[in-house]
Amino acid sequence: MMDNSLYNYILGISDNTLILGQRLSELCGHGPNLETDIACTNIALDLLGQTRSYYQYVAKLSEGQSTEDDIAFLRTEREYKNILLVEQPNTNFGYVIIRQFFYDVFHLLLLRELQNSKDETLAAIAKKGIKEVSYHQRFSSDWVKRLGDGTKTSHNKIQEAVDDLWKFTDELFYLTEDDKSAVISGIGVDVSLLKSSYYQIVEEVLQEATLTIPELKWFRKGGKEGIHSEHMGYLLSDLQYMQRTYPNMKW
Amino acid sequence: MKKNWPLWEVFVRSKNGLEHRHFGSLHAADADMALENARDVYTRRSEGVSIWVVPSKHITASNPEHHGELFEPAQDKVYRHPTFYNLPDEVKHM
Repeated sequence: MMDNSLYNYILGISDNTLILGQRLSELCGHGPNLETDIACTNIALDLLGQTRSYYQYVAKLSEGQSTEDDIAFLRTEREYKNILLVEQPNTNFGYVIIRQFFYDVFHLLLLRELQNSKDETLAAIAKKGIKEVSYHQRFSSDWVKRLGDGTKTSHNKIQEAVDDLWKFTDELFYLTEDDKSAVISGIGVDVSLLKSSYYQIVEEVLQEATLTIPELKWFRKGGKEGIHSEHMGYLLSDLQYMQRTYPNMKW
Repeated sequence: MKKNWPLWEVFVRSKNGLEHRHFGSLHAADADMALENARDVYTRRSEGVSIWVVPSKHITASNPEHHGELFEPAQDKVYRHPTFYNLPDEVKHM
């Protein structure tokens, strides 16, 4: 019998990497210069690779009920458990970098804990991902500083991205019922404990980038329970078009 | 952008390689970014490689027009080339 709670817990992690990977893939060929374009697609490939490891594991847990492709291509918006941050659009390079930075800092803290999971497969996937995500965080932090401490225009643009995306950060530390039971069984990470380290790292980098930390008191959440922003449907229609049109094909 | 993103030459020593070899060039705003970019573009982040980047403007190249006087005089003097020794097979990379 499949453990639904564990299934949902893993999707709660891996839907983030799929959706963020999809967003970064949209940038392919549209980066500000050749080298940054390559770096962004490189990160996208890392994230999609991680997603596949998680989805293959989830497919195995489902005992033949689903494949990794079903999980990615045949779920509806309401069945996706990614946080709202990662589905936000590539408004401009500042948004791409801030979204990435906000996620990378969290992602690295998460994987460092997850590598101690009682679930050996999850621990192994996390351990492998740490190297990649350390690189992601270096890349995004570096660009936060370059843009924040760059020209007046770049500073204003990236500050706008910070102000706009800040309201999605609190959701990173929200635990669903499935998350809580994964924590109790020693498999999952209690993300609420990562909150103070998270904001400390984020604020240090923003300060070094001469950016202002928003004094926001309200936050948006819902993604982890399938309540997404208006961007998610469009993203999935792009992502899933081929599988929906020609279901059950081999590719 | 071109003005602020000068050209860099990239030299890479691969995992089991003996020396750094010139791999190519790329644009970057400074040395740190050049290193990051070089890793993405030329090494696919494989472990155990060493990368050197150097601004292209710092390289002084020999002039092809002077090829004759620079390189040819040695060719007709066989005693300048250590080709008369029998090297044992164990000695590699001579």
